[in-house]
Amino acid sequence: MIKKFGKFKDVMKEIKKNGAALYEDPSGTEDLVISSPYQINYIHSYAEDSKFFIELTKGKLFGSKCRKCGYKYGTPRSHCMECGSETDWMELPLKGKVHSWTTCYFGSEEFLKETPFNLVLVEFDGVNTPFLSRLVGAKTEDIYIGMDVKAEFKKTPRYLVSDVYFVPVK
Amino acid sequence: MTKFAKAHPDMDFRLMVKKAYDYAMADVPAIKTRDIDSSRISYFSDHFTRQLKAASMVQDYLGLNPKDSRRIEWGGATGGQCIQAGWETVASGRSDVCLVAGFETMSRVETWKGNEFIALASDTNFDYPVGGFYTGYYALMVQRHIYKFLRKTRFAGIKDEKMAQEMATREAMRIMAMVSVKNHMNATANPYSQYPNKLTVDDVLKSEMISYPINRQSICTMSDGAAVLLLASEDVAFKYTDKPVLIKGVGCGTDTMRLADRPHGEVPRFPWEKKSDYENLDYPGVHSFRAGRAAALEAYKHAGIKDPKKELSFVELHDAYASSEIQTYEDIGLCKYGEGYDFVESGQPFLKEIDYKLDLKNKGIIPVNPSGGLIACGHPVGATGIMQGVFAFWELQNSIKKHFGNSTLQIKDAKRGLIHSHAGTGSSVTVSILEAVKHD
Ligand SMILES: [Zn+2]
Repeated sequence: MIKKFGKFKDVMKEIKKNGAALYEDPSGTEDLVISSPYQINYIHSYAEDSKFFIELTKGKLFGSKCRKCGYKYGTPRSHCMECGSETDWMELPLKGKVHSWTTCYFGSEEFLKETPFNLVLVEFDGVNTPFLSRLVGAKTEDIYIGMDVKAEFKKTPRYLVSDVYFVPVK
Repeated sequence: MTKFAKAHPDMDFRLMVKKAYDYAMADVPAIKTRDIDSSRISYFSDHFTRQLKAASMVQDYLGLNPKDSRRIEWGGATGGQCIQAGWETVASGRSDVCLVAGFETMSRVETWKGNEFIALASDTNFDYPVGGFYTGYYALMVQRHIYKFLRKTRFAGIKDEKMAQEMATREAMRIMAMVSVKNHMNATANPYSQYPNKLTVDDVLKSEMISYPINRQSICTMSDGAAVLLLASEDVAFKYTDKPVLIKGVGCGTDTMRLADRPHGEVPRFPWEKKSDYENLDYPGVHSFRAGRAAALEAYKHAGIKDPKKELSFVELHDAYASSEIQTYEDIGLCKYGEGYDFVESGQPFLKEIDYKLDLKNKGIIPVNPSGGLIACGHPVGATGIMQGVFAFWELQNSIKKHFGNSTLQIKDAKRGLIHSHAGTGSSVTVSILEAVKHD
């Protein structure tokens, strides 16, 4: 027997358990609400970005440098946004500075269990653009713009950009 | 437009748009469905609808087949872009009358799943897997804004770098809270809004921290809702109504998808800004929205606006965050880059007639988000930019009282309004200028 609720919160609980519920909305009408799951496994090629992810597994961080105008990307692009020419891979130093930062106390469902975590944009000496990463091992009150940080790599790679993360330089 | 709400389990997206459509059509009885030549229909995310070609289903439900129609999508700026798509359809002469309709049904997933869907509008190779979360991205941007424009000014004298940054951030949080107080308070007179509230700065500051330094009361929420506009050519508009509103100018700008790629160059300046205003300002970096500046530059030029603060009666801008409202003041030239915090404290974006229980010296110079903005109205993405258009339309028609049941938010003699729609950490922005044609 399908259950009926006056509060939508209760409807949401019920459909998680039993797949369907009736909602008596404020106008007195019954709405039938069902649970409708959806899962996909994408076949994702990193294509022209692949080298970056391969090098992470070797403990190396790569950006790119424009062949023509010399613009240096802290997050690689295979073509230059300034002049359109091809870029070459460029190994980045493992030390940089915090360009900007935040601590996330909430997050998307996928990352909710990891909260709180720090996001940082890391700038590298002589490189035009920064790199987005996590800062591990620092609390909100410890972090500031200009802080020295260094890259570390996950022991077991997941082949994601999060295979690299930063920690404060002690 | 429908009331924006956390959920509308009693209406699917077709019925929501139909209700908004019927309301608009009833407001202009001379116009009939047969007079509509085309439609431009917007929603942001197929993930939320889980129904591809949902725009076709709206077209179908409204009984507009077999007329010209298409779906418009542009992230958070979907609604603003849909209005401009409708404008182009009419301005090109292709249609005399074009329906612009937008919706979003975000209640179909839980909040944190919804945040995941939104975060998929960031580079899924380099940004999303780090902790894809839009509030986090905007926090990164405002932290840099605070560093550039408060740390280096009000706290320039503090030698201890970390302490100076902490003080600047606390100061910014207080000022962002003032924006949240303003928008929630304005919404108390807007029956279409989702979260009208009389808050104090302390209430806002005490709300849960979501992504430092952005707290819960300074963020818009997910909503269900729909909004429509009817656009007509100047030739036929007066056939249907004696109170149309003119779309006087449109502008649109873009920037890199990844925050990290934002360049460090020169500010594209308004005619009233000097090069010396921005010596050594690496622009836009992540502190400002170059797309917003580009959109405003184009729209002002198109509309012939030389002094926006004087020539505009109000601004409805995309305050997904109180922080981005402050950043946007600067992008669209309500003040110079770096003056956004002073601009709030001066009271200029507040409504003159409303008592915010704040010490504001210079209220009502250029009201910003009189509707309550996204923070208090809600943000059903595909409808949001159109909601701004509907609100501006009613302001300029001098018909707020008719639609809201009270005239608290009616700006006297409103002549010109700016609506601003913004997407993806500032990767795309539209600015449109609307102008009153005839007054009572
Ligand atoms: Zn180049």
